Amino acid sequence: MFTYYLDLAVRSLRRNPVLTFLMVLAIAVGIGAAMTTLTVMHVLSGDPLPGKSAHVFYAQVDSDPTPGYKHTEPPDMMDYRSATDLWSTHRADRQALVTVPKPLKIRASDSSLPPLMEPVLFTTSDFFPMFDVPFEYGSGWTAADDTDRARVAVISSDLNNRLFGGKDSVGKTLRVRNADLRIVGVLKPWRPSPLFYDVRGGRFANGDTAGYYGKPEGVFAPFFTGLDINEGNFWWFNCWAMPKPGERMVNAPCNWVGLWVQLDSPAKVAAYRTFLDHYAQQQKALGRIGYTETRLRDLMDWLAFNHFVPSDVKLQTWLAFAFLAICLFNTVGLLLAKFMRRAGEIGIRRALGASRRAVVAQCLTEAGLIGLIGGLGGWLLTLVGLWLVRQQQTPYSGLVHMDVSMFIVTFVLAIVVSLIAGALPASRASHVAPALQIKTL
Amino acid sequence: MQIQPILAALRKHKIPALLIVLEIALACAVLCNAVFMIGQRVSEIHIPNAIDEAGISVIDVQGIDPKTANADIPRYLATLRQIPGVAVVAALNMMPLTNNSWNTNVATSPAGIMAKDSPNVAEYLLTKGGPEALGLRLLQGRFFNDDEYADSKLGDSYLPTGHTVVVTRSLAKRLWPGQGALGKQIWVGKSNTFTVVGVVADVLRPDENGGGAARFHWSMFSPINPHASIQTFAVRSAPQDRDRVLREGVHKLEALAPNVVVKGKTFTDIRDKYFANTRSMVWMLVLVCVVMLAVTAFGIVGLTSFWVGQRRRQIGIRRAVGATRRHILNYFQTENFLLSTAGVVIGMLLAFGINLYLMQHYQMTRMPWYYLPASAVALWVLGQLAVLGPALRAANVPPVVATRSV
Repeated sequence: MFTYYLDLAVRSLRRNPVLTFLMVLAIAVGIGAAMTTLTVMHVLSGDPLPGKSAHVFYAQVDSDPTPGYKHTEPPDMMDYRSATDLWSTHRADRQALVTVPKPLKIRASDSSLPPLMEPVLFTTSDFFPMFDVPFEYGSGWTAADDTDRARVAVISSDLNNRLFGGKDSVGKTLRVRNADLRIVGVLKPWRPSPLFYDVRGGRFANGDTAGYYGKPEGVFAPFFTGLDINEGNFWWFNCWAMPKPGERMVNAPCNWVGLWVQLDSPAKVAAYRTFLDHYAQQQKALGRIGYTETRLRDLMDWLAFNHFVPSDVKLQTWLAFAFLAICLFNTVGLLLAKFMRRAGEIGIRRALGASRRAVVAQCLTEAGLIGLIGGLGGWLLTLVGLWLVRQQQTPYSGLVHMDVSMFIVTFVLAIVVSLIAGALPASRASHVAPALQIKTL
Repeated sequence: MQIQPILAALRKHKIPALLIVLEIALACAVLCNAVFMIGQRVSEIHIPNAIDEAGISVIDVQGIDPKTANADIPRYLATLRQIPGVAVVAALNMMPLTNNSWNTNVATSPAGIMAKDSPNVAEYLLTKGGPEALGLRLLQGRFFNDDEYADSKLGDSYLPTGHTVVVTRSLAKRLWPGQGALGKQIWVGKSNTFTVVGVVADVLRPDENGGGAARFHWSMFSPINPHASIQTFAVRSAPQDRDRVLREGVHKLEALAPNVVVKGKTFTDIRDKYFANTRSMVWMLVLVCVVMLAVTAFGIVGLTSFWVGQRRRQIGIRRAVGATRRHILNYFQTENFLLSTAGVVIGMLLAFGINLYLMQHYQMTRMPWYYLPASAVALWVLGQLAVLGPALRAANVPPVVATRSV
């Protein structure tokens, strides 16, 4: 029966090509707009650490000692003392300190290339296993390298391509500012979206969070080595008093170190929360810090707290779906016109014994076919839309591609939309009174 | 034109009529808000910035050795100054719209600095010739004299040791509303004061600082000696010389100092880059509006054509009993006008609601009322244009149709 309806649908669509074209166009344009923004949303709001994000947490303690207006939320980073106190107890399964990445002057020692500015992230050895960072050559540094302030570095695959032509550069020397670091590892191409470990300050960003989707840093080096080679040159998140030029960062009245921890069981999470609270209370009792608010958010919560999806993207998605609704109304109207024009034909089918259900099925087959063709057009338009997004100068423009799931969603959405559009006209068509129609023939 | 028969006919086609109304309503609501957003973003892109944007090249020199910076920077400045076509050169700590900002909270009294609403201000530090290199527009007072440049080094807390400052008009208005700013003291921290010697037209800060357009102009300028942190060079020339000056400048600095990283850009490029996202959002909104209006128009064309086809016989009868072509034309036009009116009324309410929602969730401001009637008129016109084709076809139905059995 279905093939018969399909045959009828094709005939009917051929009979009135202009109307068919308008309907297919409306669905294609609506689907194209909706799927373009939905794909961008899908790419941007995804889990950057699938399977693991529930075990990775961001710890916060409020290190500000000055009494003042009420603090409801700890700052997004900690001062040196709090961060290293928490880190050095090794209470979590894994723990990594991170700094605010800053471009530093680097050059390959045995290369004639001019120096370049490349963002450098100072962190600790657990960073690589905790975040499942893939290595092309070598590996991360060891825990001993952290405490020994070893002069080592890990570089990104992108930087390795630029400096060493993509060859195995483990063992080579990289000059960062005025210090020579030995390369111990080279990453595979790695582009978490968002660059979650650098996400912070979202509540002050006014929804302008496109910067969270940038590329990973070119150079990773041990945090404590950074204290030696980058003194006086760190960026901070905020300060509760004016730092003096030349004041050592370990004493600066500033929040500039973040702490990521991995906790593999709910019991450990609870224990770590208590540990954080105790630490803050103890430090407050000692008079070093002024507040006892602490936070331990898991990765996705931390991202959500920072409103990580840019508000422009959300706005565009709303807009696209409003647009799809307009296209839907349009298609309902056109389908209604189309089916009602065939009232006579439907009347005869009914008179010859077709049930209402059969008429509905026939009409919906036709609507579904329009949806399928519209979906095809919508898919092509989505590809064009994504291409346009990639031409923009946003940090995430290189990330936006259609994957299999979005490809399937395109067609499902197109057919669902067309069936919804077809439902009302089909039911109206099935209520055509056969006698009346036959009389007018 | 009588409305009664039209309403009676529409009552027979409730659902298609309702569909057109809803489509127009939704289009009206989206159009209002989209056009409003476009307007906001366009004015954001064109926010004034009183420096010589067209004539400035910006050369960033990173990695200057702090020990030799005192000698290096004047050398770099001298090299840049020798390029033919260069009018003025100065070093400064940052440029507007480059996203890296030196900010500080300021107040008009030592007590005010602790207040939560003490304004956060971008702090520009300029070596000698800075105001001329930027092309600052002096409104009151004066720029800095040679002694003030000579006496001001980068001191504690990244503040200049000098005590003079030039502020933008917006900042002066914020700090001393209704009073003259000249001679007044600005407090930074509890122990540093600066005397306002001049007021300049509004200059943008390196980033918006989360404060909307109002705070975007809160900038102040102080004189400074060369220092390793003062690593941005503003090179001013005539606009037609600019690209060549920039090329030569980068080239000469690279030759002079192989150990530093030199990057050059024209200020126009900096501005374009800063607003690139905003600009692409504008284009996307425009595209959506155009396509949406087109789809709505096609929908009206499609449905009206259907109605015309359905009513050929009635039209024929009307023509046979004396209706002119104009009558038939007017009939469909009035019908469309009624549907559009219903649509835009619902649409305006919807637009208002969407605006309220966006205000709550997306830092949107209230939409001025005139957007509502403006988009209503736009949809009326669109409806009339869309209906014209099918209505003319209806008007061409010959009276003889009435006498034929269909």
